Amino acid sequence: MPSTRRPKLAVWKFASCDGCQLSLLDCEDELLQVAEVIEIANFPEASRAVVRGPYDLSLVEGSITTPHDAERIHKVRRASKFLVTIGACATSGGIQALRNFADVNQYIPLVYASPETIQVLNKSTPIADHVFVDFQLRGCPINKRQLVEVLSAFLNGRKPNTPPHSVCIECKRQGTVCVMGNAGAHCLGPVTQAGCGALCPSYRRSCYGCFGPKETPNTHSLSQWWSSHGMMNADICRAYRGFNAYAEAFRRESEAREK
Amino acid sequence: MTPRPSEWGPPFRFKPEDLESLFVVLHEQAYKIIGPTVNDDAIVLGELNSTADLPVGWTDEQSGGSYRLARHSRPEFFHFASGPHSLKQYLHPPSVCLWTASRNGHGFEIMEKVQEAGKLAFVGVRACDLHALAILDKVFKAGPLPDSSYALRRSQLLVIAVNCTSPGGTCFCESMKCGPQVDEGFDLVLTEIEDEGRHFFVGQAGSESGRTIAAKIPQEEASSTDLERVETMLNDARTRMGRRLDTSDLKKQLYRSYDHPRWEETAERCLNCGNCTMVCPTCFCNTMEDVTDLSGVRAERWRKWDSCFTTDFSYIHGGSIRSSAKSRYRQWLIHKLATWVDQFGTFGCVGCGRCITWCPVGIDLTEETAAILESNSTSTPGMK
Ligand code: SF4
Ligand code: SF4
Ligand code: SF4
Repeated sequence: MPSTRRPKLAVWKFASCDGCQLSLLDCEDELLQVAEVIEIANFPEASRAVVRGPYDLSLVEGSITTPHDAERIHKVRRASKFLVTIGACATSGGIQALRNFADVNQYIPLVYASPETIQVLNKSTPIADHVFVDFQLRGCPINKRQLVEVLSAFLNGRKPNTPPHSVCIECKRQGTVCVMGNAGAHCLGPVTQAGCGALCPSYRRSCYGCFGPKETPNTHSLSQWWSSHGMMNADICRAYRGFNAYAEAFRRESEAREK
Repeated sequence: MTPRPSEWGPPFRFKPEDLESLFVVLHEQAYKIIGPTVNDDAIVLGELNSTADLPVGWTDEQSGGSYRLARHSRPEFFHFASGPHSLKQYLHPPSVCLWTASRNGHGFEIMEKVQEAGKLAFVGVRACDLHALAILDKVFKAGPLPDSSYALRRSQLLVIAVNCTSPGGTCFCESMKCGPQVDEGFDLVLTEIEDEGRHFFVGQAGSESGRTIAAKIPQEEASSTDLERVETMLNDARTRMGRRLDTSDLKKQLYRSYDHPRWEETAERCLNCGNCTMVCPTCFCNTMEDVTDLSGVRAERWRKWDSCFTTDFSYIHGGSIRSSAKSRYRQWLIHKLATWVDQFGTFGCVGCGRCITWCPVGIDLTEETAAILESNSTSTPGMK
C-alpha cells in the first residue's frame, strides 16, 4: 500500500433490501482483515458511528426512486473519491424497476393508506444514471468473494477480476451439466454475466439473470430459440423481467416480446 | 481387425462379468478409475468404484442444442456417444493455482505450487477423445517449453479405450478420420459385442502396461469370427454418423472465406457464450488471473479455461480486436478447421459433436462449414 493511513470506507443505502450490504458482514472470515486495512467510517448496517467524509471508497447499494434520493446521491458522490455501486438495484434499478414498465401512480393508492404522503419518481433508476460511477459490482445479491476481490483490488491499486463473460463459462469450468441442452430449461446463463459461480445450474435450475446482461449479449437469438421450442412470448417477456429487468439488453428484449 | 503394430497383444475375448476383474487390477495398481457414469441426467465422467457405476442400459439422444439421457433395452455398458465432459477436465483442469507470492522487505518471493496428479486410469475412452488427447499432447507437451503440470498428469495416465459402435446424432469422427475405430494411444482397447443374446468383449493390449493388465482378465483367444464381427460393427458405425464434413479442400476453402456473408448470419444466432469452446476436448486456451489478498502481502496466479468468444480474450492495449460476434465465431471455426493445420499439423477438431450438442442454440459447425464451402465453390474465384 502506498500510504500507512487506512482508507476510509463508507457504505450507502438507497432503495434496496440491504442484502448486498449484508454481504459485507457475511465476509466473516475476511471481516477482521477488512477492518484492519480499511477504516469503516460509515456503515449503518454494522454500526451507528459515523466518521465525517470525504471517503476514499464508497459502496453504494440501492436504486434512485425518490426526488430526495436523487439529490442525496450527488452529495455521496461529492464526498467520495472512488464510488462503487453494488448489486442489481444500484447497477440496473433492481426488482423495483418492474414498475418502470407501468404507471407508478396507479400502484400508489393500491399500496399505501395515505397516497398523498408518498413522493416517488416515475422510474427506479441505477446510480450511474445520476452520477459518475467508478466501478459496478453486479448481482442480486452480490457475491461476497467478488466483493472482497473488489476491495483488495482497490487497496492494491489493480483491476478487479470480475469478468464480463457469460455464466456458461463458469458453469462449464465447474463441470455442471447444462440444464438448457440437457433438460430443455430456459436458462438465462448465455446472456448473463458471470459472478455467482453458476449457482442455479449447479442445482439443476436455470439461471435467473441475477448478475444482469453479459458483455455483447445476444438476447434476441436466445429468445428466438426458446420461441421456436414452444415458449410463449409472455413467458419469454417474464424471463427477462427479473432483478435486472431495466438493464438495457433485458429491457429491450422483454419489450420486444411484450406485444 | 486390421494389421497391428508389434507391441499390440493378441486379440482375446472375455465375458461381461469379467470386466470387473479389470477394475480390480486397476485398483490393485493404485489407479483412480475415471469413466462414464450417469449423473444429472447425463452420461458424465466421474470416479468409478466398480462396473456397477458404468451406465449399463443407458444411452443418449443428441442433436443440435439437445442431449437426452435415455433407457436402452440391451444390457450394454458402453452404448452411448460423447458426453458433456472430456479428458480435458482432468489433464488441463479448469482452474489451477500456478504459484503464490509473498512480500519480503522490498521484494517478493515466488513459490511454485506443486501440482497434485495421482495415477488415473480412464475407462471407456473413444477414438475421438484419444485423438483429442494426441492434440493436447502436441499443444502442451511437444516443443521447447512443455507445460510441466500437463506433462506430469499425462505421464501417470492409463487408457482403456472402447471402439465406438454407437455414434450419436452429432458425431462425425469418421469425416475427421478420428474414429470410430481406436487406432493409437491406448493401453487396452475393448469392443463390446451384444447380439442375439450373446454379450462379450473383444480386447487387445496396445502397450506393455496394457498387456500386464489384460493378462489378469479371465479370457480365451478371440476367434476369426469374433474379429470379423468387430470389423462389421465398426463399418456399420461408420455409416451411422449423425453429421459429416467434407475435409478434402477444407483449409484452402476456409482461407478464402474471410468475407463470406455466412459469418454475419451465424453471428446473428451466436450468443458468444463460449460453451462450444468449453466442451471441446481440444480447445486449450486459458487466461491468467492474478489476485492479491486484502493486505497486499500475498498474491496468487491462477490459470483458468478461457474462450475466444469473450472480448477480453483478444484484448490488447486499448481494446478488444474481436469486438464483433462475427469475428469471434469466424476465428473459432477457422482455427479449428484451417489455421490449426498450419499450427499443429492436424485439424483442431476430432468430430466428437460436443460443440453442436451443447451449443444452447444448436449452431452446428458442420452445417456452417458446408454452407461456406458450397457457395465458395459457386462464387468467383477472386474472392478473398
Ligand atoms: S446451464 Fe445455463 S449457464 Fe450453464 S451452460 Fe447451460 S445455458 Fe449456460
Ligand atoms: S456457437 Fe453456440 S456455444 Fe458457441 S459461442 Fe455461439 S452460441 Fe455459444
Ligand atoms: S470442434 Fe466440436 S466436434 Fe470438433 S472436437 Fe471440438 S467439440 Fe468436438
